[in-house]
Amino acid sequence: MKYDIVLAGVGGQGGLSVSVVIARAAMAAGLRVKQSEVHGMSQRGGEVLAHLRLGEAEPASPIIPMGAASLILAFEPLEALRYLKWLSPTGTVAASITPIRNIASYPDIGTVLADIRGLPNSILVDAESIGREAGNVRAANIALVGAVSALLPIAPEFLETAIREVFAAKGEKTVALNLRAFSEGRKVRATGR
Amino acid sequence: METIQLLGDEAIARGAIDSGIHAAYGYPGTPSTEIMEHIMETAPKGVTASWCSNEKTAYEAALGSSFAGVRSIVTMKCVGLNVAADPFMNSSVVKIGGGLVVAVADDPGMHSSQNEQDSRFFADFGKIPCLEPADQQEAYDMVREAFDLSERFHVPVMVRVVTRLAHARAGIVARPPRERNVPKKCDSPRDWILMPMNAKRRWHALLSIQGELLAASEESASNRLEKGDCRIGVVTTGLARAYYDENAPDLPAKPARLHIGSYPVPEGKLRALASMVDSILVIEEGSPFVERRLRGILPQSIPILGKLSGALPPEGELNPENVRAALGLPALKLIEAKTLPPPSRPPQLCQGCPHADTYTALNLALAGYEEPVVMSDIGCYTLGALPPYDAIESCVDMGASIGMARGIADAGLGPSVAVIGDSTFYHSGMTPLVDAVSSKANITLVILDNGAVAMTGCQETILPGGALRAVVEGLGVDPAHVRVIEPLPKNLEANAAVFREEVAYGGLSVVIAVRECLESARRGRKS
Repeated sequence: MKYDIVLAGVGGQGGLSVSVVIARAAMAAGLRVKQSEVHGMSQRGGEVLAHLRLGEAEPASPIIPMGAASLILAFEPLEALRYLKWLSPTGTVAASITPIRNIASYPDIGTVLADIRGLPNSILVDAESIGREAGNVRAANIALVGAVSALLPIAPEFLETAIREVFAAKGEKTVALNLRAFSEGRKVRATGR
Repeated sequence: METIQLLGDEAIARGAIDSGIHAAYGYPGTPSTEIMEHIMETAPKGVTASWCSNEKTAYEAALGSSFAGVRSIVTMKCVGLNVAADPFMNSSVVKIGGGLVVAVADDPGMHSSQNEQDSRFFADFGKIPCLEPADQQEAYDMVREAFDLSERFHVPVMVRVVTRLAHARAGIVARPPRERNVPKKCDSPRDWILMPMNAKRRWHALLSIQGELLAASEESASNRLEKGDCRIGVVTTGLARAYYDENAPDLPAKPARLHIGSYPVPEGKLRALASMVDSILVIEEGSPFVERRLRGILPQSIPILGKLSGALPPEGELNPENVRAALGLPALKLIEAKTLPPPSRPPQLCQGCPHADTYTALNLALAGYEEPVVMSDIGCYTLGALPPYDAIESCVDMGASIGMARGIADAGLGPSVAVIGDSTFYHSGMTPLVDAVSSKANITLVILDNGAVAMTGCQETILPGGALRAVVEGLGVDPAHVRVIEPLPKNLEANAAVFREEVAYGGLSVVIAVRECLESARRGRKS
C-alpha cells in the first residue's frame, strides 16, 4: 500500500501542521511516513508545498513522482491547480473554496472553482465557514482533513487522536474546536456541501 | 529503541548530541538552520549551542573546542562555507584533537541560495573525508561515524546534505549516546602554530594519511557494491539513491550498482563495478563530482553517462522524473485536464513590514535623481527588488552591498546607497564599512535594524536591536551623519527628508532604520 498526498497552500496558512497531524495518525496506524517541506524564502506569502508519503514500506523518494499522488489537499483553490502534474489519473483534488488574493493577477474565482469541479475526482469544501462555525477560522485546515478522511488509509480515530496531540499545547479549547471542525468536515462528502 | 520522526537536519543534530559534543556553533542559512535549532531545543545541560556572527567565527569557535580536546559540530549552508573557507582549509593542516564535524547543507535547485555549489569539492580541496547520507537514518549514523573518523585521523570531517534530505522527515532509531571527552589542553601546540616550519610538517602529515583515508573509504559499509543481472552499471551518491530506489522496481533487469556515501571517492570499488558492465550511469545530487573523476580526459574503456553526457540535466535538482528518464523508463501517466495556468505567487514582504516603509521613504528621497544606485544584500529585505518597491539593484553575497556601493561611488556614479540588514551587517558588513570610513567614501549606508534574522525563522540578531549607533560610530563614522529613523507609515515624509539630507551630504553617512520584525514580535521571541 502506498498513499501520496500533495499539500498546497499559501505561506502563513498553517498547512505544515496538517501534514504533522496526518503523519502522526499514519504512524500510529502502523504506516511508514516520509514528509517533505518547503522552508525559507517561500514561506513569506508565497506558494507552500509539502509532500506526504505513506506506505507499508518506507517510501524511497522524499518527493512524490509526477503522476503518483492519490490526493491533492489544497488550502486555497488556485493552489489546487498548481500541482496537477503530481496527481495520479485516478487521484482526487480536495480544495477549500476561499481564495487568498495576495497577487494582482488572481484569476476569476468562478473559473478556478469550475476548473476544479471539471477534474475527474474533486471535492470543494467551504472549509472556512466550517472552521468559523466550529469556533475559529484557523480550524479550516482540519475541516478539510475531515472532508477527505474517508479517502485516507487511516481510521478516523487515529486522526482524532493526532489532532488532540498536536493541538494539546494550545489548550483544551483549541483541541475541542479542531475536533468539531474535523467532525463537521467528515459530513461534507456525504452531503456534498 | 523507539523510532522517532525527524527532519534530516534534526537527525544530524541528534547524531551530534549522541556523539558527546560539548558545543555546536553556526550561522543560520536555509537549508541548514534546523540543525542548530534542534540542538538548542534538545541538547542536555552543559552543551553550548550558539549562533555566531558568521560561519568563519563559528568555525573558529569549533576549532577552539578541538584544541581543548572536546567534540563540536559547526553548521552552515553551502555558501556559508565560502565565508568559513579560511579556517576550513587550514583546519585540515592542524592536528585535530577533539572530534570536529562540519555539517554543510547544499541547495541544488537554488531554493534559497545564489548558486548550486557542491561542498564535496571543498572536502576534496581540504583533503578530508566527507560523508553523504541518503536518508535520515544515515544522517544520524554518519554524524556518529564522522566524529569517530575525525578523532581517529585527527582531521575535520564533513557531513554533506542537500535540501530535500535536510527538509524531509522520516523515522530514525538512535543508539546509546557516547560520553563526552574531558576537556584537556592540546599537549602539542606546535601542531597548531601554522608558521612555515610547522605548517610544512603538518602539510606533509596531511598528504601522508591520504592513502589511509582512501583505504577507510574503500572499506566503508557506506560504499556498497552490488552485482546485477545485466551489463549496465549505476553509481548513486547520497540522496540520489532515493530517486533510483523509487524507480528501480520498474527496471526490466537489475543493474550492477555502486552506492557512494563516503569520500574520498572509492576508486577500487569503481574499478570493480566497471569490470562487470558495458556502461556506467552516474546519478549524483549537485555537481558531476564522481562523473568527472570517472571520465577524465583520455579515451574511456566504457561509456560514462550522467550530467556531463546529457543523460541527466546539468542544473537543478534530481527528481523521480529525470532519474526515471535517465534509466530509460517511460514517464508515468499524468492526468489530462484543461485548466487555467495558475499565475505564480512570489514571496513578499509581510503586510506592515518595517522594510516596506524604509523602501517607500528611500524611493521617495531618490526620486529626484537621474541615476541613483542602490546596492543590497541577503535577507527578507532582498524582496525589495520586486514590485511594488523595485528599490534595490543587487544581491551578491553577505555584506557585498557596502563594498560595492563604495566601488560605484569611486567610479563616479551616484548617489550610491547600500541597504543591509542588521544581522548581515554584523555577519560581514563591519569590515567594508571600515574601508568606507578610511577612503571617505561618498555613500549612504542604510541598516535595517529589525532585531531578527527573519528569513531563516526569526533567530535573534547576534546583538540586540538598537545597539548599532554605537557600533557604527565606534567604527569611525562621523556622529553628525549617523541618523536613526523609525520606519512607520506616519513617518514617511520625515524619513524621506532624512534620506534626502544624507544622500545630499557628499560623504559617508549611515541611516539606521529601527523597528522590530513583525513575525519575530508575533512569535514572542521564542528562539
